[in-house]
Amino acid sequence: MTNLVEMKGIEKRFPGVHALKDVQFDLRPGEVHALMGENGAGKSTLMKIMSGIYARDGGEMLVDGKPAAPDGPRAAQDLGIGIIHQELSLMNDLTAAQNVLIGREPRRRFGRLDEAALNAQTAEIFASLNLKMDPRTQVSTQTIARQQLIEIAKALSYSPRVLIMDEPTAALNDTEINELFKVIDKLKNDGVGIVYISHRMDEIKRIADRVTILRDGAYIDTVQAADTPLSTIIQLMVGREVTQDTPDIPDTSQSPVALEVRNLSRGSEVRDVSFNVRKGEILGFAGLMGAGRTEVARIIFGADPRDSGEILVHEQPVNIRTPHTAVQAGIGYLSEDRKHFGLAVDMTVRANIAMADLGRFAGRSGVLNETAMERVALEYIDRLGIRTPSDMQEVRFLSGGNQQKVVIAKWLLRDCDILIFDEPTRGIDIGAKSEIYALLEDLAAQGRAIIVISSELPEILRLSHRIAVMCEGRLTGIVPREEATQENIMKLATQTDGLAEQTEETTQ
Amino acid sequence: MTATINTNTQGTLAKLAAGGAFQKILAFASLVILLIGFSIASPNFMQTSNMIAILQATSVNGVLAIAATLVIITGGIDLSVGTLMTFTAVMTGVVLTNIGMPLPIGVLAGIATGAFCGFLSGTFVARMKIPPFIATLGMMLILKGLSLVISGTRPIYFNDTPGFDLISRGSLIGEVFPALPIPNGVLILFLVAGATSYILSRTVLGRYCFALGSNEEAVRLSGVNTNNWKIAIYTLSGAIVGIAGLIIASRLNSAQPALGLGYELEAIAAVVIGGTSLSGGRGTILGTLIGALIMAVLLNGLRILSVAQEWQTVVTGAIIILAVYADTVRRRKQS
Ligand SMILES: Nc1ncnc2c1ncn2[C@@H]1O[C@H](COP(=O)(O)OP(=O)(O)OP(=O)(O)O)[C@@H](O)[C@H]1O
Ligand SMILES: [Mg+2]
Repeated sequence: MTNLVEMKGIEKRFPGVHALKDVQFDLRPGEVHALMGENGAGKSTLMKIMSGIYARDGGEMLVDGKPAAPDGPRAAQDLGIGIIHQELSLMNDLTAAQNVLIGREPRRRFGRLDEAALNAQTAEIFASLNLKMDPRTQVSTQTIARQQLIEIAKALSYSPRVLIMDEPTAALNDTEINELFKVIDKLKNDGVGIVYISHRMDEIKRIADRVTILRDGAYIDTVQAADTPLSTIIQLMVGREVTQDTPDIPDTSQSPVALEVRNLSRGSEVRDVSFNVRKGEILGFAGLMGAGRTEVARIIFGADPRDSGEILVHEQPVNIRTPHTAVQAGIGYLSEDRKHFGLAVDMTVRANIAMADLGRFAGRSGVLNETAMERVALEYIDRLGIRTPSDMQEVRFLSGGNQQKVVIAKWLLRDCDILIFDEPTRGIDIGAKSEIYALLEDLAAQGRAIIVISSELPEILRLSHRIAVMCEGRLTGIVPREEATQENIMKLATQTDGLAEQTEETTQ
Repeated sequence: MTATINTNTQGTLAKLAAGGAFQKILAFASLVILLIGFSIASPNFMQTSNMIAILQATSVNGVLAIAATLVIITGGIDLSVGTLMTFTAVMTGVVLTNIGMPLPIGVLAGIATGAFCGFLSGTFVARMKIPPFIATLGMMLILKGLSLVISGTRPIYFNDTPGFDLISRGSLIGEVFPALPIPNGVLILFLVAGATSYILSRTVLGRYCFALGSNEEAVRLSGVNTNNWKIAIYTLSGAIVGIAGLIIASRLNSAQPALGLGYELEAIAAVVIGGTSLSGGRGTILGTLIGALIMAVLLNGLRILSVAQEWQTVVTGAIIILAVYADTVRRRKQS
């Protein structure tokens, strides 16, 4: 059997970065080949070379045994290679269908569009994904998870023979992941070769046939997924052992309450939510996608208005109307969508880190002290292990995981007492994840109150001192960690209230 | 099944409530309010002759604004529409008056000149990666200079080409309905608006116009040849400017080489008042048309009320800021 794709001795250099050093990779029909490695290991770069977005500096690539050098996405599509990018790349002002079939819209004569066919074809693809979405919905109105599903539908619409998925599940919940895995199974049966990149280790065992590991741009090994323990894969990725022990929970029951929220409501998204976080405590927020966790965070942070409810910081009521007042009250929020809300991607790492607190780097005249900014930036680059050639690198050139670390650095610098982390480890590799966990624990130990929103239950269970569970905008329970299990949290997370069920019945 | 239908209707409702419709209603409502206000203030305002004068005044700026809308939706800006309009008029003059070609050739020459210059701007922007602001600023000056050079700084008259003045001043509608002597220039404006609107909403070219303004990188990564489409859009925009050139040349029965500067800003103002986003991705021709009408009504009304010219300009500026502010407020509510 010839390989669908074979890459040998691939080299790629960016200014200041040797991103790929003599890397090899091959893909057979009907297999899921996982590509693993830490943030910045070069996974996305290798796949961008395969899909014609970057030109390689050296090495060769064979498609169906014949030399190939796709010089653009179109050429790669013609070779049957499709890619779902790590960073969402949709046109927000267009509808779902217009996005899915961009470049191949059904046409009538004289370049006229056949909108009905466009929507019908997209609806078919959505149906094959079991995705309930009107093809005519505008993309910007959809959550990140649903936008991700649109991306997946778009890639499938090319009927590719090679499908590269760069962290497709980073924003998906368990049901959606299951749906996606079903689609992957179907594609496998049709003989499609799939390259799968993910930082979620459990997924590798579930769907991968083979695993190739990259580290710092170098090829390390290719192993069979079935008979290689995860710990071995992790070790190959990180180059050292990663300890995964759960630290003890400090007793914070006597500490003063740092943040208290009473009867917070906003439309149907957030309904009567009350809870508190003490100093030194990590409160986890679990729930399915759309449960209203991000909405609660955004309201507390003043990014969205509230219909009713009170917010008390250090037992004093505060009137938070804008993010600015929230920050003044000592509340920081790390958005789940770093590209839109967290980073100025065209600016340097240094500028981004300093951004949240420029005032402290400015002299009386308002002139910025670059040396001080550099010192702080370098300190955080070191502390968080941000992989960047220098603090003057533009953030858009960093790998996804490293971009996330820059956001975290920014808020750490801000020195808020109350920090809300929304999906803090999305797209972050296992090594960096444990560093970030340690960091959050450190922050808590210093007496800060931490709220962590995460869709990964193991992460919530690992980190939180108490776990708040939400379902359909309501807080359905708060569980101390000792009593928390996957099961009882899932039960709370799916505890829809009678009202919701009734309305569902009447509409049917 | 029910669920899907449900989201369908929700989608449409949300779109109606929040989408372009509201902005159009808002702009339209302002237009109506202006009309009512002026007709109360002055009995002369609502007369047919004055209404036709307003439409007449809208025709050139309206067509230019439509051309500008295309480029602005792609996320670009075109500063050269004013002087390009003059340049196409001059080229028509050269072909008709200096060379003595027949009328249809002259008309084609004007439109082709516009298309070619649009093609050049598009090439600068798409292939040479010059920011639209700079590329079209350069074009603006080049074309202003060329118009003066080619014409020898003197107007070119079309007295030797009978029928040329009818392009704008004649009235086909008036011949059929004598009560409605709407000049051809206005008719052309509406035809151009209809055609462009169709292109934007129904054709591939239009689709890429919005897609480019929305997220160019995403379009490129989808395997679309973004450069070619962008050049095509600039070319179309240039051709439409060529039509504006014909209207104004016919109205003045001459090509005035010194004219043109400042028209681009009025066109952009109309686009913005009409609710097209300067950051690209959103906009409508109907909005632009209403925007152009608002400006014409305002100037006409203020003139009838004998407001000083200086103050008319001040009011126009204020209206632009107000219109864009209304749009921002709407969008903030929406999100
Ligand atoms: N366009 C670019 N210009 C400069 N450097 C780049 C560019 N793209 C990637 N890099 C650098 O190349 C290296 C590999 O990046 P890549 O995005 O391939 O990592 P990755 O393995 O996909 O990481 P992650 O898991 O975080 O997504 C990183 O050091 C990154 O900073
Ligand atoms: Mg990557």
